[in-house]
Amino acid sequence: MIQLLLAVVAVLVVASVIQIVRILELTSELKGGNTNAVTDKDNRNQGLLMFLFMLGMMGSFIWMWAAWGDLLLPGASSIHGEQIDNLMAITMGIIIIVFFITQPLLFYFAYKYRGKKTGQASYVSHNNKLELIWTAIPAIVLTVLIVYGLRTWSDIVNKDTSDAQVVEFYARQFDWTARYTGADGMLGEANVRNIEGANIVGVDLQSEEGQDDVLGRSEIYLPVGQPMLFRFRSQDVLHSAYFPHFRVQMNCVPGMNTQFAFTPTKTTDQMRQETGNAEFDYILLCNKICGAAHYNMQMTIKVVSQEEYDRWMSEQTPLANS
Amino acid sequence: MAHDHAHHEETFISKYVFSMDHKMIAKQFLITGMLMGLIGLLMSVFFRLQLAWPGESFPILETFLGKWAPDGVMDPNIYLALVTIHGTIMVFFVLTAGLSGTFSNLLIPLQIGARDMASGFINMLSYWFFFASSIVMTVSLFVTSGPASAGWTIYPPLSALPQAIPGSGMGMTLWLVSMTLFIASSLLGALNYVVTVLNLRTKGMSMTRLPLTIWAFFVTAIIGILSFPVLLSAALLLLFDRSMGTSFYLSDIMIQGEVLTNNGGSPVLFQHLFWFLGHPEVYIVLLPALGITSEVISTNARKPIFGYRAMVGSILAIAFLSFIVWGHHMFITGMNPFLGSVFTFTTLLIAIPSAIKAFNYITTLWKGNIRFTPAMLFSIGLVSTFITGGLTGLILGDNALDINVHDTYFVVAHFHIVMGLSAIFGMFAGVYHWFPKLFGKMMNKQMGYWHFWLTFVSAYGVFFPMHFLGLAGVPRRYYSNTAFPMFDNLTDINVLVTMFAILSAVAQGIFMFNFIYSALRGKKAEQNPWKSNTLEWTTPVEHIHGNWPGDIPEVHRWAYDYSKPGMDEDFVPQTVPLQDGEEVH
Repeated sequence: MIQLLLAVVAVLVVASVIQIVRILELTSELKGGNTNAVTDKDNRNQGLLMFLFMLGMMGSFIWMWAAWGDLLLPGASSIHGEQIDNLMAITMGIIIIVFFITQPLLFYFAYKYRGKKTGQASYVSHNNKLELIWTAIPAIVLTVLIVYGLRTWSDIVNKDTSDAQVVEFYARQFDWTARYTGADGMLGEANVRNIEGANIVGVDLQSEEGQDDVLGRSEIYLPVGQPMLFRFRSQDVLHSAYFPHFRVQMNCVPGMNTQFAFTPTKTTDQMRQETGNAEFDYILLCNKICGAAHYNMQMTIKVVSQEEYDRWMSEQTPLANS
Repeated sequence: MAHDHAHHEETFISKYVFSMDHKMIAKQFLITGMLMGLIGLLMSVFFRLQLAWPGESFPILETFLGKWAPDGVMDPNIYLALVTIHGTIMVFFVLTAGLSGTFSNLLIPLQIGARDMASGFINMLSYWFFFASSIVMTVSLFVTSGPASAGWTIYPPLSALPQAIPGSGMGMTLWLVSMTLFIASSLLGALNYVVTVLNLRTKGMSMTRLPLTIWAFFVTAIIGILSFPVLLSAALLLLFDRSMGTSFYLSDIMIQGEVLTNNGGSPVLFQHLFWFLGHPEVYIVLLPALGITSEVISTNARKPIFGYRAMVGSILAIAFLSFIVWGHHMFITGMNPFLGSVFTFTTLLIAIPSAIKAFNYITTLWKGNIRFTPAMLFSIGLVSTFITGGLTGLILGDNALDINVHDTYFVVAHFHIVMGLSAIFGMFAGVYHWFPKLFGKMMNKQMGYWHFWLTFVSAYGVFFPMHFLGLAGVPRRYYSNTAFPMFDNLTDINVLVTMFAILSAVAQGIFMFNFIYSALRGKKAEQNPWKSNTLEWTTPVEHIHGNWPGDIPEVHRWAYDYSKPGMDEDFVPQTVPLQDGEEVH
């Protein structure tokens, strides 16, 4: 009943607004005006609004950086991450400069050249020199960005991983499992068809490489300063292993192995001091839509000294014995 | 022949339902697109409520979502369904069919001087395929297991396996059926547009005299013809994997404790196929909006569009490049890193034609005599969002930087601003500008002003802060950010974003009201209300079959002779012959 009443009220409101608008249009026509023609006054008002919008936009941009700058991710905790941060700073700098030139220009022109009935526009259809300039400048800037970007990328993906320590991250709905190599430094072959009991990641337990593999769940340790080679697998659907503080991200693809090599540079304790946050932890989150609990698929990562790492590792049980 | 239609007896059905007249079909596309847009908009408000106040009870959610929001709290599965269908509807139904379908249909015959499309029948089919597609998509919202929920990019295996997410059952099947119909509609429409532009231009309408709107629609149609079939094949292979046990995209999967027999497929293959359409799709959405903006800005600045040839050149360059950049969506999918380098190179190149377009728009305003119609405001808004959103593309297109912002809110901010806002602003500009041509009435100006400013401010208010969320590492498609302590202090930003989202939804109410009011009760339009040069304003206000009562007008000049020195008025329609001694632009 109440819904019906609300619906009736809504219809009546809409109908009366229609009538009011109609009356406004008719009265203004009686006064000799054409309500929907743009007058000099409209142009003045709208031009002014354009100008005010520009000020508001620039102002709120600066305000946001000031107010929220601290909420952004802290500086990278990996060697290649610092390279990424530098490239980001330069790119962001260029973007902000262009933003602060072009946006004010757009809104200022809109304000400055607001029309008048008596006004007259210039008949300028093109200017080859000018057009050449604003084709050439972006081209030069982009060449720099492209070259710098590609060099950074190539450094990141073409690492020598011969002495890297291998850790595999295994994704499934909705958790992560890490797999360490054990003493032999090699991961055993794995396939979902081998999954059984405690062997939740499907390691081939017949193989010597596989028997000493060690699994870690929910919280794992990494040694600081040690080159790492992360490998990724998935059991069911696509996932993406995202380690925001390390600037590392790679998809986990069923039926395929992917990898990412990097070196962590700061221990968790160091980060806690630097960020002033005693609760700080490195995290791994899933960043590819994977189902209902996608938003809560996480793992905590402690970066610690080599000694502490060795101690932790010695407490872990090889897969074949668990 | 098209002009024979005038002699046919017209019934209600042939005039309003199964119409073969391009102007009626344009209106059908527009209204269907707007209705779908309302659904998409409402969905975005729903999931924004959840993101700002996770776990809070909103009775309105239970009213609309029923069992998916028990006690007014949204279920994670329906959250994913909402973002999936919101994306699908906005990208395809509103900004592809709603935008191209409306304005290509309305303007191509009118602006090139043709009686109708090359094939009125195929044009009608195009609309009815789209209509059927919209119906199937809407029906899919009501199936028991829920609508498709694997994201609008429907990456398998998630989209292939009902065991992985309930939305990948019947909902996903209907999604694929709907998209198949949609692709048929797009292809039929696009073929018609291309043929019409190539063959039916009136005397004197050389390609170099085409208004930029037509150039944009023409190139968009070509992009569509070349890319949509690839999506169709991707969808068909997915259909096979889902129901016939093939393994195109599936391999070594264990789900719900069961090992599947599929072997040898690759989910990455799907992504290649999907983005081979998906990236050109961005320009299918954007180019028509840019074309509309070129026309609206030039007309209302009372100035020729600056650098016509450069504008055409950049449309062509963007179209070409759009086919060789798809891999920038896949830098971290496990694709060969060398390919990543190639795609970064081609992607960043797009910034050059885009910059040319932006500079040309700004320079068109310079020394103009600007008339701020609502359409003009939206066009200026488009230039602003095109620049803002385009700039962050320099970060996302750079593979090294993409590693850390991929799939975060930074991406959400980027593509909503550069593609979502720009395209929808272009569409609004088009509706305000050509409303007199669509309905023979004027839209209310004051409501248009309110609509623009509320939309513009709240749109930036929604998407600008999202850059910061992204740089703080917040992934997209998260039902809630409460699971990670590191996101706790970002709650205020999420609340702010949601406030602006609600404001922008309210602003669209003004537009809908204005639209309906003006169509029914609005003031009758003059023949050429904006004092414009293009041919559509030489047709009578009341629609007739064949567009011009007498002969089709002949064209003698380009479309941008505004404020030409030595002329009586500040505009010279394309039908006016060159005077003795008058110089071509």
